[in-house]
Amino acid sequence: MIKTKIDKEFIVKIILTTFAFSSLLFLFLIFSFILFEGLPLFLKVGLKKIIFGFKWAPTKGSFGIFPMIISSFFVTFGALIIGAPLGLSCAIYLSEYSGKKMKMFLKPALELLAGIPSVVYGFLGVIYIVPIIRNNFGGAGFSLLATSIILGVMILPTIISISFDAIMSVPKTYREGSFAMGATKWQTIYKVVVPSARSGILASFILGMGRAIGETMAVIMVAGNALKIPTSILDPLRTLTGNIALELAYATGDHRMGLFSTGVVLLVIIMILNYIANFGIKRRVIK
Amino acid sequence: MDIKIQVENLKIFFDKNEVLKGVSIDVYRNRITGFMGPAGSGKSTLISAFNRMIDFEEDVKIEGKIYIDGVDIINGDIDGVSLRRQIGTVFAVPIPLPRSVFDNIAYGPRLKGITDKTELNELVRDSLKKAFLWDEMKDRLSMSALKLSGGQQQRLCLARSLALKPEIILLDEPCSGLDPISTAKIEDALNELKKEFTIILVSNNTKQIARISDYSAFFYMGELIEYGPTERVFTFPSQKQTEDYISGKFG
Ligand SMILES: Nc1ncnc2c1ncn2[C@@H]1O[C@H](COP(=O)(O)OP(=O)(O)OP(=O)(O)O)[C@@H](O)[C@H]1O
Ligand SMILES: [Mg+2]
Repeated sequence: MIKTKIDKEFIVKIILTTFAFSSLLFLFLIFSFILFEGLPLFLKVGLKKIIFGFKWAPTKGSFGIFPMIISSFFVTFGALIIGAPLGLSCAIYLSEYSGKKMKMFLKPALELLAGIPSVVYGFLGVIYIVPIIRNNFGGAGFSLLATSIILGVMILPTIISISFDAIMSVPKTYREGSFAMGATKWQTIYKVVVPSARSGILASFILGMGRAIGETMAVIMVAGNALKIPTSILDPLRTLTGNIALELAYATGDHRMGLFSTGVVLLVIIMILNYIANFGIKRRVIK
Repeated sequence: MDIKIQVENLKIFFDKNEVLKGVSIDVYRNRITGFMGPAGSGKSTLISAFNRMIDFEEDVKIEGKIYIDGVDIINGDIDGVSLRRQIGTVFAVPIPLPRSVFDNIAYGPRLKGITDKTELNELVRDSLKKAFLWDEMKDRLSMSALKLSGGQQQRLCLARSLALKPEIILLDEPCSGLDPISTAKIEDALNELKKEFTIILVSNNTKQIARISDYSAFFYMGELIEYGPTERVFTFPSQKQTEDYISGKFG
């Protein structure tokens, strides 16, 4: 009797362990695949010529992706400029001002926002945001501005849910202590609650940036995909992700390898962002 | 004797649960009034009505009247924030803000708009002295308040509420987590402070109430069972329940 029980426990443990490690295995496979495909070009052309090269003409031997790196950073910061204040305000409203019923309504609504496929965001961008920009500010409308707006909305769920958790985990006693000293609600929020949740809020911004820099479909649809560094917010641009998605279908040989190099750069950037975000979250938990 | 707080037939409901069932009590100026009673008898709820912290709870209903200096703070046109600037509150668990000792004490005054450096310095020093904490803290004002011992943190919280220059100080089981020495320091401070302030001390420790309060109130299941001068309450309790409670038979 006792023995069979132990056996069952053992089997469950083995199965769970296998599954747990299989996800690690996938991560490892993806990683090595991209590195394997992308690294040879770095060796052949040279790191500097790829990362700091201005010209992307893969069929003619130029693999410079510098404008795309810059563009990716531009849209990411653009998204943050739009998404961070909106998302943080929303998280503060949810945790500090809304009642239970409102929370129960808003939280699922936000999760829905996260579940909308990115092609839908891109579609809305093309039919609403792009024309509005074209008609009011000039240019083609497909631009840094349009991309930032779309990405800013797309990263809202990430920013809101993670900062919300961070704000909710500030002990109630901190708020009470502040109120008891005659602070108003708003004074308590900006002097006690937000500073105490600071690292979690920063982590939400960084994870939001990770999401923005990795977003592809919606970006291709509204960015215009021009191969140069944008000089104004109305200029079109092409991001690292866009580059891969646009050309992979027909790329061969060195061209194909160039796209994988783009992927390697993207992967490294996202890893750095995740590392920073995890660092922030860990510090909060330990504190 | 001067009445500072006058409670008239106060009823408080959480949802439909009646937590205070018509409490009437007069709290006197420059006295320490002790509130005692078993867990759940409504002591903290009553305190939170005095400083209107109860407004932060959901689904509360309040009936009756509370006058502070003759002004009805329940039905009158009173705003909780300015009320709390006249009432210092110290909780059971010391909750310093995660900042320096100085900034913790200057927090309240700064909220009121005091920015003058010398004025703040003076306020911080005075408040620390009144809380019997100055000698231990005078060289460590810039240290994080979270690094203080529990007893020091609690006196810091007392100092912090004194810096508001309140007229009333509410203490909700301030010594429940403290050792006898820290407790004695708080009690010494309170004995000094009552010259200036009206003090309400909630405590589960009947000995503490007997030791330092001038008036004692015994609450049970949301009702005020007995109230009077401490000596009288502890030597000739008029109610059987009070007698049982102070002799340690229940609670
Ligand atoms: N926010 C709240 N929501 C619902 N019920 C509450 C709330 N706060 C207190 N109560 C209820 O009110 C009653 C009185 O609680 P209160 O905290 O005032 O008791 P107390 O006398 O301070 O007890 P203790 O000695 O344990 O601190 C309890 O039955 C409690 O469950
Ligand atoms: Mg209590």
